[in-house]
Amino acid sequence: MNDLYREAQALLPLPPATFHILLAVADDDRHGYAIIQEVAERTGGALRLSAGTLYRSIQRMLEQGLIVEPRQRPARDDDDERRRYYRITPLGTAAARAEAKRMADLVGMARARGLVPGKV
Amino acid sequence: MRAYRWLLRLYPASFRHEYGGEMTAMFARRLRDAGGPISRIGVWTSAVGEILANATLVHVDILRQDLRYTMRTLARTPGFAITAVLIVALGIGATTAAFSVTDFVLIRPLPFAAPDRLVKLYERTPGYGRVELSAPNYRDWKQASAFERIGLYHLMTANMLGAAEPVSIAGAAVTADLFPTLGVQPLIGRLFIEGEDRQGAPGVALLSYRLWQTQFGGESGILGRRVTLNRESYAVIGVMPREFRFPFSDTQLWTPMRFGEQDDTDRNNNWLYSVARLRPGVTFAQTRAELQTLAARSRQQYPKENANVDAALFRLSEEVSEQSRLLLIALCGAAGCVLLIACANLANLLLARAIGRRRELAVRTAIGAGRERMIRQLLTESLLLAAVGGAVGVVVARTAVPLLTRLVPVTLPTAGVPAVDSRVLLFAMALTAITGIAFGLAPVLRIGGDAEIAGLREGSRSGGGRREPLRAALVVAEIMASVVLLISAGLLIRALWTIQAIDPGFKADRVLTLATGLMVPQYGKVAAREAFYSRVLSEVRSLPGVVNAAYGSYVPLSRKMRGGIWPVAVDQNPLLPGTRDVAFIRFVTPAYFATFGIPIKAGREIGEADAQDHKPFAAIVSESFVKRYWPGETPASVIGRRMTFAFADRVVVGVAGDVRMRGLERQAEPQVYLSHRQVEDDSIPGYIPRSLAVRAATDPAAFAPAIRAIIRRADPLLPVSDVSPLTELVDDDKSSRQAQLRVIDMFAAIAFVLAGIGIHGLLSFAVSQRAQEIGVRIALGAQPGDILRMIVAHTARLAVAGVVPGLALAYAAGRSMQALLFGIAPSDLPTYAAAVALTMLMTLAGTAAPTLRALRVDPIAAIRTE
Repeated sequence: MNDLYREAQALLPLPPATFHILLAVADDDRHGYAIIQEVAERTGGALRLSAGTLYRSIQRMLEQGLIVEPRQRPARDDDDERRRYYRITPLGTAAARAEAKRMADLVGMARARGLVPGKV
Repeated sequence: MRAYRWLLRLYPASFRHEYGGEMTAMFARRLRDAGGPISRIGVWTSAVGEILANATLVHVDILRQDLRYTMRTLARTPGFAITAVLIVALGIGATTAAFSVTDFVLIRPLPFAAPDRLVKLYERTPGYGRVELSAPNYRDWKQASAFERIGLYHLMTANMLGAAEPVSIAGAAVTADLFPTLGVQPLIGRLFIEGEDRQGAPGVALLSYRLWQTQFGGESGILGRRVTLNRESYAVIGVMPREFRFPFSDTQLWTPMRFGEQDDTDRNNNWLYSVARLRPGVTFAQTRAELQTLAARSRQQYPKENANVDAALFRLSEEVSEQSRLLLIALCGAAGCVLLIACANLANLLLARAIGRRRELAVRTAIGAGRERMIRQLLTESLLLAAVGGAVGVVVARTAVPLLTRLVPVTLPTAGVPAVDSRVLLFAMALTAITGIAFGLAPVLRIGGDAEIAGLREGSRSGGGRREPLRAALVVAEIMASVVLLISAGLLIRALWTIQAIDPGFKADRVLTLATGLMVPQYGKVAAREAFYSRVLSEVRSLPGVVNAAYGSYVPLSRKMRGGIWPVAVDQNPLLPGTRDVAFIRFVTPAYFATFGIPIKAGREIGEADAQDHKPFAAIVSESFVKRYWPGETPASVIGRRMTFAFADRVVVGVAGDVRMRGLERQAEPQVYLSHRQVEDDSIPGYIPRSLAVRAATDPAAFAPAIRAIIRRADPLLPVSDVSPLTELVDDDKSSRQAQLRVIDMFAAIAFVLAGIGIHGLLSFAVSQRAQEIGVRIALGAQPGDILRMIVAHTARLAVAGVVPGLALAYAAGRSMQALLFGIAPSDLPTYAAAVALTMLMTLAGTAAPTLRALRVDPIAAIRTE
């Protein structure tokens, strides 16, 4: 666990695209297009990942071991042969958690200075 | 959709294969969702921008990854990495340095306006390709319609007063047309104008930038300042630009040449140098033809004086001597050999490494690494080696270029020193990079089909057993190039030895020479000179430790004056106008021969009795004079013979040994020595003895201050210059050659070592690859002697294959640089034998370690791995 923590710390800060992709696959395996849709939905359409950015991030995340391509694919009606699914790894979870904590700490510091989110 | 797929090609192939399909599907979906044509255009635009940006980033990602991987693999094999970088650095550095200097001297245009239209005009007579112009011939020939303008100059040395201290300065007297012909403007002030170069005009002078800076502190009020040059007053009218050097790189001062065109009617007084600018559109060949016509007309009009005299035309850029030119070309050839050997070595190293890595590559292919990814990775490695090697090569070149500047002749009218040439650097780097790529990729290209299975097989003999013709060819090329370099260097060494063994004709040890600028009219009178010499010489001789001292016209081998010939007629023959019978003329004081250690072969030397009123005048001739004008006679038998020389009848009173006046590499020409008193007052002022030589019992340089003090007491306004031991002049004469030799030696040594490394590398690898085969042979009963014979035979075949064409090429190289060889034949047997022996030795030395390893192969162990 300790090793995982240290390894995840070494990856911080995560690029925003990476963080969003981790969030998108956190609860369920997803394919590329589904990730894009999930991110867009979650951010209310503010962030629309392009295909290039998505797969460049995915390639790097695969190399870093943040996600894997699972052997069994979820049985779904709309499953398509060409689609590749991605699943979060323990390291991926650890990295997402560490990044979230890093940002929470930052927000905490800002709040201590009176810079409260929501106030403009 | 096809357009989108085509755009995807901007991504690396591996990325495209992996994600291209999904990206295309995604794009199709977005296009479908878009609806109207406007939003479709929007989808397209954003897709193009997105691909451009992301493809670049993916490439950078891969590059970073490959670099990391390369650093890791290179760090695992530091020996390979360091060797490869050093080889590349040596090759690139040597080539760049050699070419930078060559470009500076031979290729770069001279720093004048339209330099290709500048020519030099000379006279040509049998045996002399470049003779200065006589004034009447100049007047006749300058009419040539091809010339837009023509300027004249001659060299001079000026004693300058009026600056920090009396100094002797190398300068040139020029006509007003010279600077406009060259197309230069002064930095400040003005150039000479028409009329300032006539007799009786007020004295004006132009300074070089350096002289202005060193002697006048660069002061701005220099214009109009008066200086004294050779006791005449001159006004400074301008300073030339910093880069301007003419005619030589050490020229510091220009004065108008007081050339009364009608004064000089002697067609045999050759003393004018000329530079002409051709009219635009006139070719060099047309000009030469026109001048030959003019010269032919002169021969008809003046059959006596101009017999055999032709006009000779050279481009200004061709003023670099044949020796310098040849030498630089030889240098480039040597550098090319070094680069070739370096590339061959690099190729060899990479091939060996690649063959060793076939297994690794096969494994990576098997686990799914694409060919394209591996090619990219190997390319990264090759380019990294070339780049690091190139960076170290820049250091090598920057160190080497200053060492090579000794090869830049002083006669080059240009400022500055050669600098590392970035174009050559890039060229050499590109060449090594291509070598790296070509040979680094070979194994990947060979992998394909089922080779990867073979590579994976347990105990595969990765490349063993199979012959490696490519690597053998590389080693043969290396041996060949090193043979060429060794022989060329050997021939030059032999030439230097021959020159070092040359007797200059005098004994240079413990002799100090210096120049005192005795000027006319003050010292034009014999009596005035005599008073000065006898005072200075007697005081110098009375210094404890001084053995002897004498004055003479010039010091042999001096940097300033190596010529000085005069017409002569022997016995009762009349002195013909325009005669080509000439001899060196030197006026000397008594004890001249004793001081220089020039042997007297018969008769006596010049003595106190040879005074102005003592007739007949005495002459001492050299042995070469006897050989030329009294062939068949002995030194003793010519004593008492008569000659007409230097405006007087003279009788031979002695014969002296030959002195190599013009340089150690030049044959001694006929020489005549005269008493400085046996000449009319104010006659032949150019040869007034101005050089003092002092022979001491100990280190002569220690006497310089005392001698200077003596001269200052005798004439406080006389500048003393060129103080140097005579041995230094002799060494100087050899030094350019020694410098040349050091450079060529350096290249030969580098090539030799590189070739040795290459041969060692090849054989070590070959033996390790054949360990199993050797083990089997031993198991089957082969004796160590058989194994030894097998390996030595292999090596010998390679050596012979390299040496034979190497010999032929070396002979061709030797022929083309024959002018540098000082009589050593380009087929000099000892040199060839030594070079071949060295090469064989190097090859054998390269073989020794691998052979021993082969002999120690344990048959059981070797076979067990099978």
